[in-house]
Amino acid sequence: MIIFIILKKIRSAFTDLLPIILVISFFQIVVLKQPLPQMGEVLFGALLVVVGLSLFIQGLEMGLFPIGEAMAHALARKGSVFWLLLFAFALGFSTTVAEPALIAVAAEAAEIAGQGGLIESTPASLKEYAFGLRMSVAFSVGLAILIGVMRIIRGWPVHYLIIGGYVVVMLMTIIAPKEIIGIAYDAGGVTTSTITVPLVAALGVGLASTIRGRSPLVDGFGLIAFASLLPMIFVMGYGLIVFK
Amino acid sequence: MEFIYDISGTLLSTCRDVLPIIILITVFQLLVLRQPFPQLHRLIIGVVYVIIGLALFLAGLEKALFPLGKIMASQLSDPVFVYGTTEIITQVDWTAYGWVYLFAAMIGFATTIAEPSLIAVAFKAGEVSAGTISQWGLRITVALGVAFGISLGTFRIITGTPLFIYILAGYLIVIIQTIFAPKSIIALAYDSGGVTTSTVTVPLVATLGLGLAATVPGRNPALDGFGLIAFASLFPIITVMGYAQFMQWSIHRKTKSKEKNNAL
Repeated sequence: MIIFIILKKIRSAFTDLLPIILVISFFQIVVLKQPLPQMGEVLFGALLVVVGLSLFIQGLEMGLFPIGEAMAHALARKGSVFWLLLFAFALGFSTTVAEPALIAVAAEAAEIAGQGGLIESTPASLKEYAFGLRMSVAFSVGLAILIGVMRIIRGWPVHYLIIGGYVVVMLMTIIAPKEIIGIAYDAGGVTTSTITVPLVAALGVGLASTIRGRSPLVDGFGLIAFASLLPMIFVMGYGLIVFK
Repeated sequence: MEFIYDISGTLLSTCRDVLPIIILITVFQLLVLRQPFPQLHRLIIGVVYVIIGLALFLAGLEKALFPLGKIMASQLSDPVFVYGTTEIITQVDWTAYGWVYLFAAMIGFATTIAEPSLIAVAFKAGEVSAGTISQWGLRITVALGVAFGISLGTFRIITGTPLFIYILAGYLIVIIQTIFAPKSIIALAYDSGGVTTSTVTVPLVATLGLGLAATVPGRNPALDGFGLIAFASLFPIITVMGYAQFMQWSIHRKTKSKEKNNAL
């Protein structure tokens, strides 16, 4: 019985991965006309990916989803908006500030700004710039989750906030230095990591199903959207202040 | 041996990712809510599964797929492959990059299908909507959006047109769609933009962008290499709302024709 369940999980993980395998083999064999290098290593890696993905999804259902929802229910029942908002901010800030993808992007952005002569090209000033960038992104993600939770409590329609955000992004794109724009747009994408997303989704859906008058589908989603929008605004703002 | 070293490295960095969350949840549970954890045993097993699963997943990608994908991205954008000559190209011909567009679209689609964050959100959406939003339907719709977005993004790098024009046009479409789309899908559509770009998609797509910007004559990696990720998070919003609009329209048409038949 347990073996059957495990096999089913592995089969579905394999289905998830199949498109990548097909695309890479097609281009390697048909377009580039080259044999697959290190066949054994590639197959072993693919096996790890399949097993890893099955375990991850099993863990989501057992650990991350239940705890996210349980926290949302408990905090909502406690009835203290302050603790709920603090939790939301801390969740966004703490998961983003140490995110490896963000650290890499910030260092790269500092490098580019240094080469472009926008900031002094000394290690100290590069480090300071990268740190400032990371902090503004982490702060903006914390703020984004906080605003998103606020929206669920109050029942504000999501599209007014998002469209308002887009308008700000558009306006800031016009005045921001053009070296920061590409990085700012990409910063929105790298902030939401694989472990944060399930927790944040469970938090939103859990809150929306606990608070009376909110629908989990209409109000529960949208937190991740805020977390990808606000960093763009903050990074462009950071560029405006630092580059002058 | 080297491999065990690789895996433990990934395992360690995954633990570091999870650590702030564990601290935060423990502090809140014990100090603010002052409650023991419900089903602690099951919870710990779940978190351990998530950490080990993610570490194996990343180590496997690092071992098998990323090196291949990266080599491919650079080979496909190599001027020798694109133009078929070793002469130095000064004039960019965007029609010569057919394979690059196709590769961008297909790799965008394929990596999005395997993206764990999207699987998580699709799972929640399916659960909350009581099955009216199918997990696979959502994932395929999002993947199609990413495919189109990344393909258009490579076109932008090759032609060297400014990034913000595309993004602003995309925003405009999103705003107009928001007015007409069914209200229940809007929040989910916005979210599907943010989840498409994490573990699997970003490394491959970033290599493709920076590789193209480095090999296409007249492009500057610092200015033109970024921005593909922005494309990948914008277009899924459009396709998810578009799909919902199409479903609404076809249901509407069906009921209308039924009414007509009944009237006859």
